[in-house]
Amino acid sequence: MSYTPSALQLQREEAKRRASRRSTAVALLSTLLVSALLTIIVANAQGAEAVRESFFNWYYAKKAFPRILDGIFLNLRVLLIAEFFVLVFGLSIAIARTTTSPVLYPLRLIATIYTDVFRGMPLLLVLFLVGLGIPGLRLPYVPNSAVFLGTVALILTYSAYVAEVIRAGIEGVNPTQRQAARALGLSQPQTLQHVVLPQAFRNVTPPLLNDLVSLQKDSGLISVLGAVDAIRAAGIETAQSFNFTPYVVAGALFVLLTIPLTRYTDWLIRRQDRAQKAQGAF
Amino acid sequence: MSELLELNGLRKSFGSNLVLDEISLKFPQGSATVIIGASGSGKSTLMRCINLLEELSDGQILLEGEDISQYGINLDSVRGKIGSVFQAFNLFPHLTVLENITLAPRLVLKKSKEEANQQALALLKRFGLEDKADAYPNLLSGGQQQRVAILRAIATEPKVLLLDEVTSALDPVLIAEVLSLISELKADGITMIISTHEMGFAKRIADRVIFLSGGRINESGTPQEIFENAQSAELKGFLSALHDAGRL
Repeated sequence: MSYTPSALQLQREEAKRRASRRSTAVALLSTLLVSALLTIIVANAQGAEAVRESFFNWYYAKKAFPRILDGIFLNLRVLLIAEFFVLVFGLSIAIARTTTSPVLYPLRLIATIYTDVFRGMPLLLVLFLVGLGIPGLRLPYVPNSAVFLGTVALILTYSAYVAEVIRAGIEGVNPTQRQAARALGLSQPQTLQHVVLPQAFRNVTPPLLNDLVSLQKDSGLISVLGAVDAIRAAGIETAQSFNFTPYVVAGALFVLLTIPLTRYTDWLIRRQDRAQKAQGAF
Repeated sequence: MSELLELNGLRKSFGSNLVLDEISLKFPQGSATVIIGASGSGKSTLMRCINLLEELSDGQILLEGEDISQYGINLDSVRGKIGSVFQAFNLFPHLTVLENITLAPRLVLKKSKEEANQQALALLKRFGLEDKADAYPNLLSGGQQQRVAILRAIATEPKVLLLDEVTSALDPVLIAEVLSLISELKADGITMIISTHEMGFAKRIADRVIFLSGGRINESGTPQEIFENAQSAELKGFLSALHDAGRL
């Protein structure tokens, strides 16, 4: 159906367009003002020249780049493996905590203690305890490499966070959904797999991805155990030149590493907002 | 008609609050029983006891002579034989209409995907919903959602179909859609237990009407007996309240 908008509607649309042009102009102007102000403040600081020399030196950036790039590939490998295991363990712990059967009480207890301990303990401490403690045990077949142990520490800590997020998702699914599934004759595990978990994951995708972004940047912490990742590589370069530019390079690479996932998270949140508004639930 | 379902002295209490008392009823194969009563009279609780979503406080439920209320029975296999539809539809929002209907046939009856899809599509086609097969529930009207929920319940070929105030959340036009579907199922010979506030519909479809009051069976009989020849003061009061509200 096509129709001619009334003069009133045309007027209204013109006013809307004017308002939107004005907001764009205001946003542009304020951005310009703020960046000018910041530039003036930073450039006029007493140590500006010295900082630029030791943190933003193009020569050292180019020199350190290949080594740091090698390092970031190690981070990438570590975080991919860690993300996989974190999701598997996080899901298992979350399911264990939401069971109700008396037989599984010990499992619930262990899962609860586990999440309490590893959510409370600073990641740096876990890294030291695992990275230095496990080699001390001299266990057979357990590799003593810093990369392996660092990854284990990351998995231990982040599984606890992710488990709590997934558990919140499971408990957020309306009980009537579970009831409807059981009324159809689905068993408890079938209900969980086909009805509860798909909805739970949908509800918690943004916070879940947020935790994964955090895991990505924290993969740099394995450098404290001596693994030559991007941060460690930057440290080695800095030790040779006494110039801090390599750290800035490593930082920039970490940001680049996390940007795809952060943008994806934002996009997902926006899409969910829209979907909810479409259903009239504000 | 042989007895398909039998309730013997069924009681249900929540703490010290007795919501169902001494409910004994027989449901013959192919019969349609309508349960009426004010809110809080125990209609929904009775439904939830029959499909074992609530544990009984006393009494017994026999399905084809088997005591399904006995301790330790496999609840999943019993629930599969009793189809339930709720007031709030409770469709699975992450699954399409077709997936909603085929989920239980595939997982519980172990049908192949092709077979389950074929049967579901045949059902959808029969009730004029075939163009909605791939739609998600939130894009359907309330009446369409409730019809899909009923088809989902009968797709597992249950022995009994429980319909608990299935039209209470709908406007009159949508109610008509849902009620005509239920009438067709009645013509198919599906045994039904219906709780409703639609008295006109109750008169048309019921073989027998049960009036619950305060958790007890206050009166039961044919629609004529209940609606035109009420005996008890409670039923007379209920009917006159409905009349005053313009719903009778």
